[in-house]
Amino acid sequence: MTDPLVKPKKKNPVERTRLPTRPPAPRSRAAQGLTRAAAEGVFEMQTCGDCGALQYPPREVCHQCLSERLVWKDADPRGTLIATTVLRHSNDLYFRERLPWKVGTVKMAAGPSVVAHVHEDCAEGGAVRLALKLDRSGQAVLHALPEKDTPNMNDAPQLRESTCDPKFRRVLVSDGKSAMGLAVARAMLDAGANAVFLGDPTSWKTVKAFDALVASDPRVQPVELDVTDTDSVDRLAASIGGKVEILVNTAAYLRDGGILGRKDVILARDAFEVNVLGMMRLAQAFGPGMGFRAADGSNNAVAWVNILSIHALAALPARGAWSASMAAALSAAQTLRAEFAGAGVRVMNVFPGPIDEEWEQLTPPPKLAPAAVAKAIVQGLQGGLEDVYVGDIAEELRTRLRENHKAVERELGQ
Amino acid sequence: MSAPRTRLGYDGVVAVMPVTIPYARYSTRSAHWWLGRALGELIRGSGLAKAAVDGVCVSSFTLGPDTAVGLMQHLGMSPRWLDHIPMGGASGVVALRRASRAVQAGDAEVIACIAGDTNHVDSFRNTVSQFSRFAQDAVYPYGAGGPNASFALLTDHYMKQYGATREDFGKLCVAQRENALRNPHALMKKPLTLAQYIDARPITDPIHLFDCVMPCAGAEGFLVMTEERARAMKLPFVRIGSTIERHNAFPDDPIQFRGGWAMDRDALYEHAAVAPADVDFVETYDDYPVINMLQFEDLGFCAKGEAPAFVREHDFTIAGSFPFNTSGGQLSVGQAGAAGGYLGMVQAMRQLTDSAGATQIEGARVGLVSGFGMINYDRGLCSGAAILERGQA
Repeated sequence: MTDPLVKPKKKNPVERTRLPTRPPAPRSRAAQGLTRAAAEGVFEMQTCGDCGALQYPPREVCHQCLSERLVWKDADPRGTLIATTVLRHSNDLYFRERLPWKVGTVKMAAGPSVVAHVHEDCAEGGAVRLALKLDRSGQAVLHALPEKDTPNMNDAPQLRESTCDPKFRRVLVSDGKSAMGLAVARAMLDAGANAVFLGDPTSWKTVKAFDALVASDPRVQPVELDVTDTDSVDRLAASIGGKVEILVNTAAYLRDGGILGRKDVILARDAFEVNVLGMMRLAQAFGPGMGFRAADGSNNAVAWVNILSIHALAALPARGAWSASMAAALSAAQTLRAEFAGAGVRVMNVFPGPIDEEWEQLTPPPKLAPAAVAKAIVQGLQGGLEDVYVGDIAEELRTRLRENHKAVERELGQ
Repeated sequence: MSAPRTRLGYDGVVAVMPVTIPYARYSTRSAHWWLGRALGELIRGSGLAKAAVDGVCVSSFTLGPDTAVGLMQHLGMSPRWLDHIPMGGASGVVALRRASRAVQAGDAEVIACIAGDTNHVDSFRNTVSQFSRFAQDAVYPYGAGGPNASFALLTDHYMKQYGATREDFGKLCVAQRENALRNPHALMKKPLTLAQYIDARPITDPIHLFDCVMPCAGAEGFLVMTEERARAMKLPFVRIGSTIERHNAFPDDPIQFRGGWAMDRDALYEHAAVAPADVDFVETYDDYPVINMLQFEDLGFCAKGEAPAFVREHDFTIAGSFPFNTSGGQLSVGQAGAAGGYLGMVQAMRQLTDSAGATQIEGARVGLVSGFGMINYDRGLCSGAAILERGQA
């Protein structure tokens, strides 16, 4: 049984902060198929489209029939742990700082044997289930987990290296006055966050739910934060930047309106101001500090969460200006992901369908409850995901995009 | 269907002139320097003209970005036959196999087989981190333990499956150290006791310090030529009874508990017309002791799973009941990269030409050399073995 994580002590300001290192990152292009699966939290293996053979490590052709028709398919993650070792020495800096480290050989029920990180609750010779997760290099690795969940299993240090669990971490919610921001804050508190910095972009406006949340839990600290105001962002970063371990950007600007029917770009500018430039301001103010603390103990800075929309992938012309800002935000997030990669801070993008909140009043159901999106965010962090698609509409649109993106364009334009 | 073809013998072709460039823990030189010195020793020692060496076979991990081709210009050679064998610990056996057929067929008259590597302070980490695509994709990201971790998994499995103990592995390591103390080339100069072996610091459970070879720089080499030429030049020679090689054997085994020898050993002994009992000494590839046990079993000295008992029964020192890794093996001599795959071959040639100095086994007539190499992903892929026989009748 895993020892429960101990609440981290207050940081000693005199001690040197351990700088982030990364596990070995190079992978072949074929192996990035595993990364794609891990980014979404699914378990897929390379499979032959002709003879059906499943193979690992990923190859360029089928090792059985030499067909080049290789596809990535859901695979049975069960296996038997047939050998283990505990590393007390490593050639790599990242692992040297984290020894001892347990790895093992798992004979998969689906065929191949794989080398995997081994959870401390797995018994040698026993049944395990494999999971694909991203390591601190952002590359996929296999974790052998106990067949069934064990108490505190997510607290195991090796597994926590691949996840971004909010437990005992401090979270900045950039706009705490929106329905989405309040839901995220509550979900983080429920997930064991040590503190939630609740951004208040409109101190002149009273929001009862905001005040109630602040009053309800001593872990909640209201902070003034307007992502459209560089001074405001910088002031907050100067004050709490060294304490933010997970940042969830809930600041959002959603309005109806396309492009041709107007004589100005005010709507588009407002959308970009919040959704794109706001993210950039936050990143410039908080990113370097988070990167610096990416290996700082058990409550190291781990994740940057962007709540985008499934329409970042396919424009909704009725909200054309907003859609463009979502696509731009996704592009900026990809750059942030590359820029955070050296430190190992994960950029998690969330792609919900329509959310049941005031600016979606006229959108017909189904609409996602903010609490459902918040729950998906917490689960995504606990699972160590990179891309989270929330709700049936998001999933359906993804499928349709894969099937025929031109059809999606035509249909969303009607 | 035609009947299985009979393999040709190695009549008329011999191996001569084992050379060792003394190992160094670290070297500031490049692999070219070590390989060049080995070739130089072969030429000077044999008395051949440089141009008379018309074939070269090279093995090295650290020669990059060059291959055997670039090395030929570097060394001013113009061979009409050239091979580059990237098979790590199986390189010595495979080089002998390739070269002897080339000489036999007349494609070359004299082939210099050389293996060598340098060892800079950071060479080993670089070699391990870029060893192979599968290692990069599916092993190195898991703790970056290198071969220690891969062999730890095989050892863990073998111990649980067949009841081998650390004492069994320790007995082999201690015997090899005793042999190494007689070998001036061995880097390990201090005696090793079983207690020291057992108490050594853990590296990667169940692998402890003295289970691991020490990477170093060095080179080894030998010549392959016709028996007629060897006799004319009065070079002591060994005959080749038989050789085998196999790659990626038993790919469906969930974890490695046997090597390719198990597929080919009958052919090995049959072709040489000897039995395991006729073998006077054995030189295996020994980067970790567990692999010695696999070779005892797979080469027919005992049945699968019986190597622990076999180890308990025998004495593996030079004067013992089963003279084994008489140079001290890589575990006590050092692992000079690809030269590690030549160590057993060169030592066996010395035993069979009475030039093994203080490690000499009296009257050794038949020796078995075995090679193993290249943990590409989770197991060693290349295996090979050769039966060598004393030359002069």
